[in-house]
Parts: sequence; structure tokens; C-alpha cells
Amino acid sequence: MGAFVLRRLAGMAAVLFAVSVLTFLIFNVIPNSDPAQRMAGKSPTPQLVASITEEWGFDDSLPQQYLTMMGKIFSGDVISYQGQEDVDNRIVEGIPATFSLCIGAAVIWMFFGILFGYLSAVRAGGLLDKTLTIAAVAGISVPVFWLAAVLLNYLAYETGLFPAQGYVKLTEDPIDWAYHLILPWITVAVTLVGLYSRVLRSNMLDAMGEDYVRTARAKGLRERQVMSRHVLRNSLIGIVTLFGLDFGALIGGSAILTEAIFNLNGVGLYLYESIENLDLPPIMAIVLFGAFFVVLFNALVDIAYAYLDPRVKLGTEAQ
Amino acid sequence: MPSEPNAEAGPAGSSPWRLALRQLRRNRVALAFGGLLILIAIFVLAAPLWAEHVADTGPNETHTLEKIDVDGEKREVVNVEGRPIGPVWLGAGGKYFLGADGRLGRDEMVRLMYGGRASLFVGFASALMATVLATILALLAGYYRGWVDTVISRTMDVIWAFPVLLLGIALGIALALGGLKIGPVEIPSGSIWITILIIGGVLVPYTARPLRGTVLALREKEFVEASVAQGAGPLRVMFGELLPNLASTIIVFFTLAVANAMLFEAALSFLGVGVQPPDTSWGAMVGDGFDLIGSAPLLTILPGTMIFLTVLSVNVLGDGLRDALDPRSKVRLEAHAGIAEPEGTAV
Repeated sequence: MGAFVLRRLAGMAAVLFAVSVLTFLIFNVIPNSDPAQRMAGKSPTPQLVASITEEWGFDDSLPQQYLTMMGKIFSGDVISYQGQEDVDNRIVEGIPATFSLCIGAAVIWMFFGILFGYLSAVRAGGLLDKTLTIAAVAGISVPVFWLAAVLLNYLAYETGLFPAQGYVKLTEDPIDWAYHLILPWITVAVTLVGLYSRVLRSNMLDAMGEDYVRTARAKGLRERQVMSRHVLRNSLIGIVTLFGLDFGALIGGSAILTEAIFNLNGVGLYLYESIENLDLPPIMAIVLFGAFFVVLFNALVDIAYAYLDPRVKLGTEAQ
Repeated sequence: MPSEPNAEAGPAGSSPWRLALRQLRRNRVALAFGGLLILIAIFVLAAPLWAEHVADTGPNETHTLEKIDVDGEKREVVNVEGRPIGPVWLGAGGKYFLGADGRLGRDEMVRLMYGGRASLFVGFASALMATVLATILALLAGYYRGWVDTVISRTMDVIWAFPVLLLGIALGIALALGGLKIGPVEIPSGSIWITILIIGGVLVPYTARPLRGTVLALREKEFVEASVAQGAGPLRVMFGELLPNLASTIIVFFTLAVANAMLFEAALSFLGVGVQPPDTSWGAMVGDGFDLIGSAPLLTILPGTMIFLTVLSVNVLGDGLRDALDPRSKVRLEAHAGIAEPEGTAV
């Protein structure tokens, strides 16, 4: 097991390296204009462009440029051109709001995703299943910002039931924190509830055809026990895998739309502002930050998977 | 619904495609949403007609200081505070049917129709691009296996590891705003093709990965072996033997790709790195309207609803196609209901 974890972490480092090279290529090598020119923002002065060229070493060879960029991001001295802020600091400041949004939404989407998926698998073909299936397809088809706009307009602006904007720190006032986050949580969760309930339903229907389920029925277990102890438990393994990927992606930037619309002061909102100002240093840093979380959760999922499913462990040790 | 005379002739001699079509025809929900999709297509195709004959204005023409006659009453298109006129329905003979779009006083209905063209075009074109590329890559990886497969799969893994929205944003900033020059090919900044290239490229792994698995499984089948034994070359095996057997899977993934591409386009355009002004798309319109959400929520909610309805139709239709083309999904349901003996999970 230890060797497996180590190997997985080494793989993670390799993928991170590849991702950082890709980021570098996208921003610095795509041959359309001087990178310094783009980095300097919308209306740069020649001096600014010259100083950026100097600072980021755009006249050096490509590998040297790559090393300069990585060195700057990891040593924490990337400065945004709009507002002259320390980018790494801003990202760290945004983490509480982003994590509050993502973790809360994750609790909601896992709970309802599993509940709805279970109910529709158990009642497959019935009215409840059909209703839930239609609801799930609708959930998957919802554009995030449309849902946010509808919730904002009808539940915040018109009726005043919920606050429209802003993030309140958990440490300041936990109730206000949750109150401000309810609409964003729902916004993020709806699509994923739809996806997870569908995946779980289909996993469970697959599992119902397996031999161990027949065995469980044959030895006289009640239907409910067969469903919850055997079918559901085995189907959840697939959900855990999916969860790791989605949660990583969410923290790594997929929450940008929700944060921007609800004005939650997280990493996503910072990215949104940076895009509006075409401020490249923070965008690069945030893309790497996001990729880091996706890769990290990918690795965690694989390791969790090896614990949950003994066959995986055997497979890797046999090699 | 009138059925073809030979549709009820029984399964004997029916091709799989005809069986699938018959299956799809029985699926009323899928048919209804297919109809909705056709209505939406007609809606956006009629854009020039409406613009010319009813609204009498183009999607990008501004009318900031104009006044219009609504039921005999003169009203400003944009008032002094910069607030656009709301929906006047047929009060002005079809002009400003849904009101104006903001400070610039453009006709919202005309923009909604033209924006839909961009959204649908980007959605279908980039899904087509992603599906074609993914199919070729999957065929190459699955046919040659070995190092070809390793190179393709590892590259996919790296793209997969990227947060997909961030990758789109990064490419959007680099390309949509700067244009693209590769040798003789030059796409100016702001061209809709850049958005299509970005989305089509980013979505490739999502189709290529599952297709590769299917190709690998098919590669082991006897009919491939037989074809190779008859002296068929790589191209013949890939496109003559494997591709036809992949077709139903490809169709299902294509519908999924259309839905994803449309949502992706909407997100990129909303963020300002997709379809560039003065062109517009539903996603860009949501972004434009957001500043006025407190005073004119329809400007956000209308284009958003159009995206939602289109993506929903594509998804429901895709599900219907999957059920029709993949008989296993039916077997699974019957097995659970106790109608047939479970078939296990043989692929």
C-alpha cells in the first residue's frame, strides 16, 4: 500500500509538471502577440512593456522563461499589474470563501444525489423514478448563471428572503455565514445532484445484476437489506471516484461563475476580476492553483479507491 | 402517429437502425423535446426575417436617443437614467417586442434570435469537431495500442487534469482576444471560429476516453481478426470494420458533447472570453444583462432560459437515442423488474 501511495504521488508530480508546462505554453508561446504586451493590460505604456519583458525574461530561451515563471509563482512574488497586489496573498485570502462554498455545496449534492439516485433505482421504471429522472436531466441542463440569476431575482431582490451578495466570515457569525451561502450552495449543487443521482441509479441497476446480489437474496435477506448493504454500498464506490474529481475541479475554479454572481470573496471572484482586467499574472497563478487541486484530488481518489476496492490493490501489487 | 407500413412487420429482417428508430418513435418524451429543438432552430433561423420585416433593425444597431410609438404613446427606447424600455409586445408593431437590451437600445428580440444562431452554431460545430477528433484518436489508440495508445492516453490525461473551465478561460484569453496565426492560417481575434476551436479541443478527452475503451474491446472481436486475416490494412480495419460498430456510441456521445459545448460556450461568453462583441450569443447576453438584473431581470433570464431549454432538449433527445440504440439499457430495466433473467454485466 505504501508503495502504491508513493507511486501515485510521483505520478501526481509528473502530471502537475505537464500541466504547468501547458499553462506556460498557453500564455507565453501561442504565437499571436508579445506576451509582455498582453500581460501589461489594456492600455500599456512602452516603459511598462519593457519592464515586464525584463522582469519575466521574455527575451530568454523558452525553458529559462518557464523556470522564471514557476520560480516567481512559488516564491510568492507575483504582483498583479492591476492594483499591484501580491497575487499569492490574494489567493490565500480567497480560500476560506471558496472552501465554504464548495464544502457546503458538496454536503448538499452528495446527500440529495445519493437519496434521489437510491430512490429511483429502487423504484426503477415507476412513476417516482420517471419524475426523478426528468428532474435530474433538467438539473444537468441548467446553466449555472441562469439558475443564479433566477434565484437572485426571485428569492433575493423581489422577495428579500435571502441576502443577494457577499460573504460573511464563519468566525464572525456562523448563522449569517450560512444564510449568505444558501443560494450559492443551491446554485452549485443542483447540476451535480442531477448528475450524481443519474450515475448512482445506473450503477445500482448494474449492480443488481451481479452474482453477489443474487446470493444475498438467495440466503434470505430482506429486499431493503439487499439494497442498502449490498447494492448501494458497492455502487457508492463509483460515486466516491466521481466526487473526488468534481470537488477538485470545483475548488480549482469551476466555482468562478457562482462566486462572481453572488460576489463571494473567493479565488473564483478574484479570477473573474482578473479576467475582466486582463490581468495575466493572477490568471496564470490561479490556473496553476486550480490544476493543483484537480490533480491532488485525482490522486486522493485513486488512493481511496485502492482502500475501498481490494481488487485494485491486488492489481497494482501483482505488477 | 402514423407508422410506416412495414414498421410493425416484426423484428425479422429489420436492421438495427430501423429497430432503433422504431424504439425512438415510441418514446413520446424524447419526441416532444425533439420537436422543441426544431422549434428553437426555426426561431433562430427566422432571425433575418424578423429583423427585416418586423423589427426593422439589425442585432447590432443602436437606438440610444430614439423614441418609439407604443399604442399611440411616445416612449423613449432608453430613458435618461440609461434604463432600457421593457417588453412592449406588439404595441409598436413588433418593434421592441421584448424591449431593448440596455444603454445602447438594441432590440432584445432581434438579438435573442441572432444570439441563438451563434449559440447553436458554436454548440454543434464544436461538438462535431470534438467528436470527429476523438473518434480518430480513439481508433488510432485502440487499433495500434502500444506506444501510440500510451502517447494519446497520457496527453488526454494531462488535459483531463486541467480544470476544464480554466483551460477554456486560459485559451480564450490567449486566443479570442489576440487572434490565432499558425503558418498560413490566420483567424482574426473575435472570430467565432476561435471559440469553436477552443471548445472543440477542450472537449476531446471527454469523448475520446470512453470511445477508446470501446475500440479496445472491439479490437479483440473475431470479425476484426477475420478482416486482418483477409489482408485488410489498418485504414480498412479502422474505418471499415471498427467505425461502423462504434457508430451508435458516437451518436450518443455527440449529443452529450452538443449539450456540454453549449453550456461551455455560454460560460465562456458570459465571462467575456467566448463570442466577442459586437456579435452576441445567449451566454454573452446573460453576461450583458447581469448589470441590470435588479431593474430588468428579463434581459438575463430570457437568454438563460433559451440555453436551458435547448440543452434540456438535446439531453432528453440524447437519452432517448441512447435507450433506442443500446438495447442493454432496456435489458437492465427488465431484469430489475423480474421480466427477464439478468444478463450480468457482459459488455
